[in-house]
Amino acid sequence: MAMIAEAQAVEQAPDRAGALGVFRRSDASFYWLTRLAALTVLALLGGIIVSLVIGAWPALTTFGLDFLTTQRWAPQLDTPVMGALGPIYGTLVTSFVAMLIAVPVGVGIAIFLTELCPIPLRKPFALAIELLAGIPSIIYGMWGFFVLGPFLVETVQPAMIAAFGGLPIVGAIFAGPASQLSLFNAALILAIMILPFITAISRDVFATVPPVLKEAAYGVGCTTWEVVRNVVIPYTRVGVVGGVMLALGRALGETMAVTFIIGNSFKITGSIFSPGTTISAAIASEFAESSGLHQSGLILLGLLLFVLTFAVLAAARLMLRRLELKQGR
Amino acid sequence: MNPIYLARRRRDLLVRALCWAAAIFGIVWLGLILFSLFWNGLAGLRPSVFVEMTPPPGAAEGGLANAIAGSLIMTGLGVAIGAPLGLFAGTWLAEYGRHDRLATVIRFINDILLSAPSIIIGLFVYGFIVVPMGGFSGLAGALALAVIVIPVVVRTTENMLLLVPNSLREAAAALGMPASLVIRRVAYRAARAGIVTGVLLATARVAGETAPLLFTALSNQFWSLDVTSTMANLPVTINNFVQSPYAFWKQLAWTGALLITLAVLGLNVVARLIGERKGK
Repeated sequence: MAMIAEAQAVEQAPDRAGALGVFRRSDASFYWLTRLAALTVLALLGGIIVSLVIGAWPALTTFGLDFLTTQRWAPQLDTPVMGALGPIYGTLVTSFVAMLIAVPVGVGIAIFLTELCPIPLRKPFALAIELLAGIPSIIYGMWGFFVLGPFLVETVQPAMIAAFGGLPIVGAIFAGPASQLSLFNAALILAIMILPFITAISRDVFATVPPVLKEAAYGVGCTTWEVVRNVVIPYTRVGVVGGVMLALGRALGETMAVTFIIGNSFKITGSIFSPGTTISAAIASEFAESSGLHQSGLILLGLLLFVLTFAVLAAARLMLRRLELKQGR
Repeated sequence: MNPIYLARRRRDLLVRALCWAAAIFGIVWLGLILFSLFWNGLAGLRPSVFVEMTPPPGAAEGGLANAIAGSLIMTGLGVAIGAPLGLFAGTWLAEYGRHDRLATVIRFINDILLSAPSIIIGLFVYGFIVVPMGGFSGLAGALALAVIVIPVVVRTTENMLLLVPNSLREAAAALGMPASLVIRRVAYRAARAGIVTGVLLATARVAGETAPLLFTALSNQFWSLDVTSTMANLPVTINNFVQSPYAFWKQLAWTGALLITLAVLGLNVVARLIGERKGK
């Protein structure tokens, strides 16, 4: 018996060393496989920046800083003139108006969901909001084009022009005529699109407030509004602002929701009822048929959009991270 | 009653009313969108939609068969390329890079890519794939979608692996398992449901992406399964048909939109069911 065991041991000894070697090699290769994959993420960002800069270079050297201050967009001329002022203006205006509508409503819905909604309805309501946040933006865009646009032109826009159009300074912003393709319609669609997004993030953020804090406030006799104002909002301020900026980043770069209804006009009129364009809408509608300097100009627009959203998103992430750190403590 | 109490109660009532109003306002808009989508989409939903090709201008007959096939291929290919990359990257972040400075940087960059405008990703793929390859192709479209899939999968994989209790890993390591086996045999299994949820959510996210396909895959009026040439796909077809003057094209656009929405919502629901069953 002893001899058999010994013989087996002798037989197995090289096997074990071999097996350990296999383990070691597979261990190392798995480590490097995952590490390389992680580095791909960095490479992607690097690739995006490099490809945008290379693509935008001809336009950048041709137009220089004038690109930012020129309103005219005439790429078909013999000496093309291209300026980004129109798209930048449109992007900022539509995003601003959209946030003006979506932030109060979205945060309001989040407060409703965490404090007011009857408990059996909370889960289905929250689920509905999260599902709606996943609907592709082209659906919002075509709905805005077919349904919302005609409706706005017939009812909301004339009413707003009648109400505000005659006022001294703000009148210019609401100057007519009503138009189906307008910055206002695009902004409203954007607002509807980012609404579920803001609600979902705000709700998650509000859920981080320790119940003890809220119960203590209710216990000393605070009303719901006072609890929200004095406990929930101060505790989650950084997170809500971060979430709002994340939504802003989305609104700035959104393409398909606005392309159909913004009118693709590079002229700045000052009225929110006139057609305009955004950076992403301009790229989406012109890029496939562009070439040469025209294409380079569009890529330069893309580079501008990337820098803009990068700054907004980076700020948003830093804020949300601060909240996470606070939670971890 | 004390006037201060009355004022407080009034203000509370006002804010409550506003929050209710906000909730109703939000749900009404979103309900309206779904209603008109189903109303208009169902009107054109016939078997021919799944069998016939996209119609030429002015025609009154046709379907979306080539667009549906193209979308399935590109989404499938995009997820097949992006999901493993994202899975491994997420694994490194959660298992190896927990205390690594590099991991913090990668996590931050990944979060930014997660919400980067998708049209920028289209421009990136155009510059890196379409121009060197000499033309638009389904493969370029799939790669653009893969770039969108990666950050989503990285994020969910990392989060799910971080939820796996360390005692499981320690127990496996105490038995003499090397680190890579601990990850593959123990951590992956414990986090499987969450990782699958993440991949499904990523699929739902790219299934309706339009902007990055506009100038990578372009579109194609005919049946084509060749990923090296232009490829029809639902989102770009919808994009082209919406702005057309033909009533039949607009009808097809609604039907296509309904199909995409149903697919996206279905994927979301399945993903959530898997995630919740695990949670119990």
